[in-house]
Amino acid sequence: MPLSAADLTAIRLTLELATLTTLLLLLLGMPLAWWLARTRSRLKGVVGAVVALPLVLPPTVIGFYLLLSMGPNGAIGGLTQALGLGTLPFSFAGLVVGSLVYSLPFVVQPLQNAFEAVGDGPLEAAATLRASPWDRFFSVVLPLARPGVVTAAILGFAHTVGEFGVVLMIGGNIPGKTRVVSVQLFDHVEAMEYAQAHWLAGGMLLFSFLILLALYGRRQHRPRWS
Amino acid sequence: MSRRLLSLLALASAFATAQGVRADDVQVAVAANFTAPMQAIAEGFQKKTGHTVVAAYGATGQFYAQIQNGAPFEVFLSADDTTPAKLEQEGKTVAGSRFTYAIGTLALWSAKPGYVDDKGDVLKKGGFQHLSIANPKTAPYGLAATQVMDKLGLTQALAGKLVEGQNITQAYQFVSTGNAELGFVALSQIYKDGKVTDGSAWIVPSSLHEPIRQDAVILDKGKDNKAAQALVDYLKSPEATALIERFGYAH
Repeated sequence: MPLSAADLTAIRLTLELATLTTLLLLLLGMPLAWWLARTRSRLKGVVGAVVALPLVLPPTVIGFYLLLSMGPNGAIGGLTQALGLGTLPFSFAGLVVGSLVYSLPFVVQPLQNAFEAVGDGPLEAAATLRASPWDRFFSVVLPLARPGVVTAAILGFAHTVGEFGVVLMIGGNIPGKTRVVSVQLFDHVEAMEYAQAHWLAGGMLLFSFLILLALYGRRQHRPRWS
Repeated sequence: MSRRLLSLLALASAFATAQGVRADDVQVAVAANFTAPMQAIAEGFQKKTGHTVVAAYGATGQFYAQIQNGAPFEVFLSADDTTPAKLEQEGKTVAGSRFTYAIGTLALWSAKPGYVDDKGDVLKKGGFQHLSIANPKTAPYGLAATQVMDKLGLTQALAGKLVEGQNITQAYQFVSTGNAELGFVALSQIYKDGKVTDGSAWIVPSSLHEPIRQDAVILDKGKDNKAAQALVDYLKSPEATALIERFGYAH
C-alpha cells in the first residue's frame, strides 16, 4: 500500500468534512436559494453578491478573516466563548464553518438556477389544487429541480474536498482533526517526499475527474426539465 | 540641433538605461523568516553597490521544488542548511558559494504581556489550550521547537496542545491573532534593535536545540551575474552581519 496510515486518516477526515458540509449546505442553502429565486426585494442583489464572494476571493483571504473573527478577540469567537464552546480555529467544527463559507456559492447558485427554471406555472397550478406552500415546495418544486439539487450536492462536495487555503489558515494541521488531504499533500511536497505526494495528488486528480464526469456525463443522456 | 541628432541622443540614452537595469538586478529567493532583515539588507546593498535586489519570500521546500523546475532565482537564502547542500550535490549551484549567513534563535512568545516568563516555566505550568509551532517536518524552527520540548521532558504533556503552522510565519500568526496563547517563533519575528517588540517572550537558550543554521548559495542562473556575487559579499560584510544580529540572529 503506497498510502501511509497518516494519508488514510487524512482521506477519511476529508470525506467526513465534505459530507457534513454538503448536507448542511443543502439544508441551509435551500431556503436561501429559494428566497433568491423568488424575491423581488431590493436586497436580492446584495445577498446574491455576498453569496458569490467566495468564488472570487482568494481562500487565504477567507481563511485569514475567519481566523481573526473566530479567534478570542473576534466577533464569532466572542459568541462561541459566551456560549461555552471555546474558540473554533484548530477544531473540526471550525473547518466545517470555514467550508460552509467556502463552498456556499457552489451549492446555492445551482439551486437558485434550478428553482428559477421551475417558473410560476407549476406553482400556480398546484396552488389552484389547494396545495399548501410546503406541499408545493416538496411535491412540485423539488422534483422539478432535482437535477439542480444533484449538481449542487456534487459541486459542494467536490469543492470542499479540494479546499486548501482556508484549512491552512485556520486548521493548525492536527492529525485526525484538521489535517485534510490537500494539507497532507502540501506537507509531502514541502518535505520533498515526492513519491507519496504523487499518490495523493494522482488520487485527487482521478477523483475530481470522476466527479466531473458524473456531473457532465449525467447531463448528456437525460433530457433537461422544461 | 538637427532632428536626426536629437533622435540619436534619445536612442543612446534609452540604451544606457536599459543596460543599467539589466546588469543591476539580482533575483533572490529568501526564507520567510528572513523577510524583515532582507528588506533592510536590500536597502543597504543598493546604497552601497547600486544593484537592486528582487526578492521572493517563501517556504524553503517550495523554493527547492521551484529551483528544480527552472525558477529564475540567482541567489537562495534558505531557512536551513540541508536544502542548499542538497542543491549543491545536484549540481544546481555555483561550486564553493555555500555559506552560513545567519543562525536562527528560537523564542517562546505570547502576544499577551507578562504571559511568558523569562525562563519558560509557563510551559510546565500549562493552563493554556494551544501551543503553536511551525511544522517540524518541513520548518527548521519547528524541528528545533520539538527538540526543546524533548529536552525539557514535556513532549508527552504538550502533545495534545500543539497546533502547527505550515511555516514560521503562520506559527507567529496563530499567536499574534490570539488563537494560540503562545508559540515557538523565530526571535527575528518579534525582535528589533535588541529587544522584544511586544507581548512577552522567553529567548530559548541555544543549548536546548540543534543550531538553526541558515545557509545561502549562488544558484546556476546567477553564475554570470556580478550582482549575485556582490550580494553574497555584502551578506558577509561586517555592515550586514551587524544588521542581521540586530534582527535577533546569531552569526
